[in-house]
Amino acid sequence: MRDTVAGNKVPFTEDLHTEPMEIQMGPSHPATHGTVRIALRLDGERIIDAGIEVGYLHRGFEKECESGEWYQAIPYTDRLNYVSPMINNVGYCLAVEKLFGVRVPPRCEYIRVIASELSRMSDHFTCLGAAALELAATTPFLYAVQAREHIWDLHEALCGARVTTNYVRIGGLQSDLPPGFADLCRQKVQAALAIFADVDRLLTDNPIFRERMEGTGRAPAETLIAHGVTGPLLRAAGVAYDVRRAQPYLVYDRLDFDVPVGNAGDNYDRYLVRVEELRQSVRIIEQALRDLPDGPVDIDDPRLRLPPKGKVFNRMEELIAQFKLVTEGMRPPAGEVYQAVEGANGELGFYLVSTGSGQPWKCRCRAPSFSNTQAMRDMIQGALLADIVPTFDMINMIGGECDR
Amino acid sequence: MEAHPALARLRARFDERILGTHAHRGDATAEVAAASILEIATFVRDDPALAFDLLVDITAVDYLGSVPRFEVVYHLYSLSRNQRLRLKARVPEESPRLASVTPVWRGANWLERETYDMYGIVFEGHPDLRRIYLYPEFEGHPLRKDYPKEKRQPLVRREDLDAPQAERTEQRERAGYGRWQ
Repeated sequence: MRDTVAGNKVPFTEDLHTEPMEIQMGPSHPATHGTVRIALRLDGERIIDAGIEVGYLHRGFEKECESGEWYQAIPYTDRLNYVSPMINNVGYCLAVEKLFGVRVPPRCEYIRVIASELSRMSDHFTCLGAAALELAATTPFLYAVQAREHIWDLHEALCGARVTTNYVRIGGLQSDLPPGFADLCRQKVQAALAIFADVDRLLTDNPIFRERMEGTGRAPAETLIAHGVTGPLLRAAGVAYDVRRAQPYLVYDRLDFDVPVGNAGDNYDRYLVRVEELRQSVRIIEQALRDLPDGPVDIDDPRLRLPPKGKVFNRMEELIAQFKLVTEGMRPPAGEVYQAVEGANGELGFYLVSTGSGQPWKCRCRAPSFSNTQAMRDMIQGALLADIVPTFDMINMIGGECDR
Repeated sequence: MEAHPALARLRARFDERILGTHAHRGDATAEVAAASILEIATFVRDDPALAFDLLVDITAVDYLGSVPRFEVVYHLYSLSRNQRLRLKARVPEESPRLASVTPVWRGANWLERETYDMYGIVFEGHPDLRRIYLYPEFEGHPLRKDYPKEKRQPLVRREDLDAPQAERTEQRERAGYGRWQ
């Protein structure tokens, strides 16, 4: 027997007198939600080695962004992690605002927090529900998707779209909250949590589910850090790194929430961390709704946002500002910035380079799924073939984000 | 004197091999000599005052028209010190080569493959440098500024289609498709 990095035992093939078998898993496999190809070398049921191939959903995000104006990248960010699109919107717009060196009004920041946490909830519902489905439990998946529908109803109330939100703008928002949103939000979020309580009851103490999750996909924190893994995967291994807490953006430093951490670093801990994060997201949303200040949502800066129409029609300066913004686009001062936000799967960062022109010179997205998927090889080496499914579920690789 | 402690420490240790520093919008940035990137990467990870243990990102920027043309950008984060650092190294167009930092951070593996795929920068000492997103037959590196956005490349070349199946399979295998990591 020899030890792998993850601490699993691999029997020597000589002991068993079998030939290693090579099989391909994916890229379109019914038990994975994500297009990835895993080239496996198996010794019976044991995984000797796994070659992970990504790139099946590569669409040239950066190239598209570099050929458009700054604001035109926002809809593309929806399609990075399409399960939590608001967080991508927020991350990109924060990065451009950092280039300008401006900060949006407080009301806008609170609404962005609410939108981000709603997206985080929808991502975790999808992840946990799909994990159950792929471990052959259909009912929890249906419940989780039903819970997610409530969150998507709120997305729809905010911006009219359920998935491709395109809600956040550089220097503001597409629109202020609709009338009665606070009550609708409280009601829908509680309804989603009530449905999810059933998923919790069905899965958390379910012996079959625990059998598949406990002790599988384990990797020590050092291995994860060496691979650049962040988010629930790293927190389940006991490292309490959360961008919202470590380097707060928006108004996360004024909100009270816990960062759940695990200790075993296995799939079950990753599941529990996500379940707890759902509850923390609800706490954050309730506080943000309570503290939501009045005031404008758009920044009063003609370099970023169009002036109000009343002024454009009656005053010369605003007319000129509108004309320049429409014809030339916004022009951030030359420079480079990196802005990180806590995505649903880890640190989501945008690295932007401006040369002072109306187009980004470089628009790079640091996707958490990319680094997380890279670490999967160490998690499954020496494990059983069946352990791939729960491990890949808990990595929650989102093709759009990983492949960009 | 440097305003940022991490930059001051790098200056003190490497002196003239730090070609420039800035902290634009609070992002500590050091441009380093390309030949020293591996040594500096090892130092910033192991030095207890810096301890940049998490490699966040590697990418490149194509400054077409300036010399040297490419800039490889490393984003680092220190979990224990809660601070960020950006390292940059310039590589010329005629020989875009740089030492791989995979011995320092294992996570650099895929990130360097991506940078190679998109910009054609060769990381020396990388264990498995091949394209990660695009297929082996793809010609050129799409994120270079002189690669036209509208350019289309067929997934399979015409001449390959005419070749017999066995020969095609052999060609693909030779190109490293499906090789073990």
